[in-house]
Amino acid sequence: MKQSEFLKLVMPFKDKVFRVAKRMLVSTEEAEDATQELFLKLWKNKKSIPKYKNLEAFAMTVTKNYCLDRLKSKQAGNLKLVHSNYKEKETPLEKKIETNDAVSKVHEIIEGLPEQQKLIVQLRDIEQYEFHEIEEMLNIKQTAIRVSLSRARKTIREELIKQHNYGVS
Amino acid sequence: MELANIEKLLEKYLNAETTIQEENQLRNYFKNDDIAPHLEEYKPLFSYFEESRNDSFAQDLRLNTSNKKETRWKWMSVAAMLILFVSAYTFINKKKEYEAREAYAQTQEALQLISKNLNKGQQIALNQLGKIEHNQSKIFKNPKQ
Repeated sequence: MKQSEFLKLVMPFKDKVFRVAKRMLVSTEEAEDATQELFLKLWKNKKSIPKYKNLEAFAMTVTKNYCLDRLKSKQAGNLKLVHSNYKEKETPLEKKIETNDAVSKVHEIIEGLPEQQKLIVQLRDIEQYEFHEIEEMLNIKQTAIRVSLSRARKTIREELIKQHNYGVS
Repeated sequence: MELANIEKLLEKYLNAETTIQEENQLRNYFKNDDIAPHLEEYKPLFSYFEESRNDSFAQDLRLNTSNKKETRWKWMSVAAMLILFVSAYTFINKKKEYEAREAYAQTQEALQLISKNLNKGQQIALNQLGKIEHNQSKIFKNPKQ
């Protein structure tokens, strides 16, 4: 497989990989490193690419595992993921979010969710994957995914209502 | 879209029972500016999702970086092999030289021994010759007297 063929194959989901990594690792730089790492891994194992039924789902699984490993090693190294990490490099998107307080609040709420719920919200509400695709990526039953997602959505909503009422009163 | 329908969809949404299509209906509804006041709190949620989807990976994918590392390893191994060969070569050379020197010294010693013995032999022979001459002269002188 040539590099150009490979790139054509992976380009459609490189942004998704990046966003999922960023959701989990919080910092943009970490997410960029993770994305590079992932595609390098895929490129090195290009011979086995035809074996995967759904390369995108496989890439997501690898991304998830990689990010979990990173998080674990960070905790082991006593490096906490703090919000200052997130602010270190401002992308246009983050600036836009800052202008809208309520929207940035959503970001914070999602940040506070348990790791798995965060990931499922990302995959469903932002990347808009079907449940059977998420099932394949995370190796979790659809029913369990729905339960997690429902919990996450309700939590976000409750937090937003709290915020909303606070703003009004 | 009918408000009742949106409310129903929202309930399904919270229970994670909506399809992607239905979720898109909700998205479209909350994109509008005239949202029912009691649903206002959902608006930042859907606009956040919308904005998040625009975040993209700005870098180029670097697929060759690892090759650099690999080639570095290759060069290092080549250099190591070279050093090994050169040192082995010089070691063998030195050893040969040493052996040659040793052989030379041994031959020299042997030759020295031979020449010493030869010299000794010559001396003895000369001495004997002198004696013979002496005796001879004695013998051949006397009859003439």
